[in-house]
Amino acid sequence: MIEFQLDETSGVATYLQLVQQVHQALRMGMLEPGDQLPTAQQVVAKLAINPNTVHKAYRELERAGLARARPGLGTFITRSPSGTDPATQARFLAAMTDWLRSARSAGLGPDDIEAIYRTAFRACFAEGAA
Amino acid sequence: MMTAVIQTSGLGKQYRRTWALRDCTLAIPEGRVVGLVGPNGAGKTTLLQLATGLLTPTRGTISVLGEPPAASPAQLARVGYVAQDTPVYARMRVADHLRLGAWLNPGWDDELAQRRIGQLGLDPKQRAGSLSGGQRAQLALTLALAKRPEILLLDEPVASLDPLARREFLRSLMAAVAEHGTSVVMSSHLVADLERVCDYLIVLVASRVRIAGEVTALLASHHRLSGPRRDPGTLPAGQDVIEESHTDKQSVLLVRTGEPIHDPAWAVTPISLEDLVIAYMNPASDIPARRPQLGVVS
Repeated sequence: MIEFQLDETSGVATYLQLVQQVHQALRMGMLEPGDQLPTAQQVVAKLAINPNTVHKAYRELERAGLARARPGLGTFITRSPSGTDPATQARFLAAMTDWLRSARSAGLGPDDIEAIYRTAFRACFAEGAA
Repeated sequence: MMTAVIQTSGLGKQYRRTWALRDCTLAIPEGRVVGLVGPNGAGKTTLLQLATGLLTPTRGTISVLGEPPAASPAQLARVGYVAQDTPVYARMRVADHLRLGAWLNPGWDDELAQRRIGQLGLDPKQRAGSLSGGQRAQLALTLALAKRPEILLLDEPVASLDPLARREFLRSLMAAVAEHGTSVVMSSHLVADLERVCDYLIVLVASRVRIAGEVTALLASHHRLSGPRRDPGTLPAGQDVIEESHTDKQSVLLVRTGEPIHDPAWAVTPISLEDLVIAYMNPASDIPARRPQLGVVS
């Protein structure tokens, strides 16, 4: 079961933060089809938010076809967003971690590394769009 | 049609020559967590006490769960109220409070009361006077919840609590709302807390309702516009200026409108609930000539 967090400074609506965290957890393989999401009561007892906010987030996930509410049981993940294979995810996460370690041992600081990443990211996706 | 848990029409309360609340017309839908905000002395406590029946109206009408407040013991049993400073009996033990609650309330849920006391880690033998502020607030909330009310009225429940105790209080309040579907009306100055828990907002200023409505609708209908300096009088009809500030070159306006903003001269940004509350609490925003449509949004 996943645990939701809240970033009050992000300016992102609370229900949307919950939706995004489910997407993120699916991408990272922390949630899989069949897994249960925490009940509204569990979420609000931890985050001190309005239960309707949790219901809204879960409705949004249902609309996207990612989750389904089973009356009396809870809300369950039905499928992953398309194109996210957990094994592939894990492979690239490992490669990225190796790359970051070698960049750091070459003397690059976090700001340098982030600048390189952003430049490469932009270049890559600009290519893709062209 | 949606049922209103609290319905008021032209409600007013006068103390000698001062109006504590006037022209208050509201229809609060069922199942909401309502934030009641406004400066001190704006009438928040008066409105809550009118809803409990502790005060009687000078003008107008109020009904709570479809009946006049305190119309009967049955009506009283459906309403939970925690007054300001979360009063408990200092000399009485925690367990005595629960016994008193059970004795006074026909619908008392002792299982719920005992379970909450256990979860909170309160010692039943401890006297209420020696509890911390947070524990006292939790005890008072427990007594109100164990009545199993349909609506819970809380007057500044977290005002005197430290941030941790405040968060704990709101957690257990929200858990109770999730479990029982209780409607809540809660006054508070702490807009950051309200932003987390409330889905309906009422702003009271100088004894009057400045604005009331669903939080999502309020946020969707208010925008901050910034652009080249401009006289707000030249805005299209239907855009009400709530707040404005100007330099020699620039104007920044907070407007309320049901329509999208099309004018390309404006940079449009959404506002937070805190921005909205502060804008409506600012007396300078009460400009009669351009006064927006206030009062009821249902």
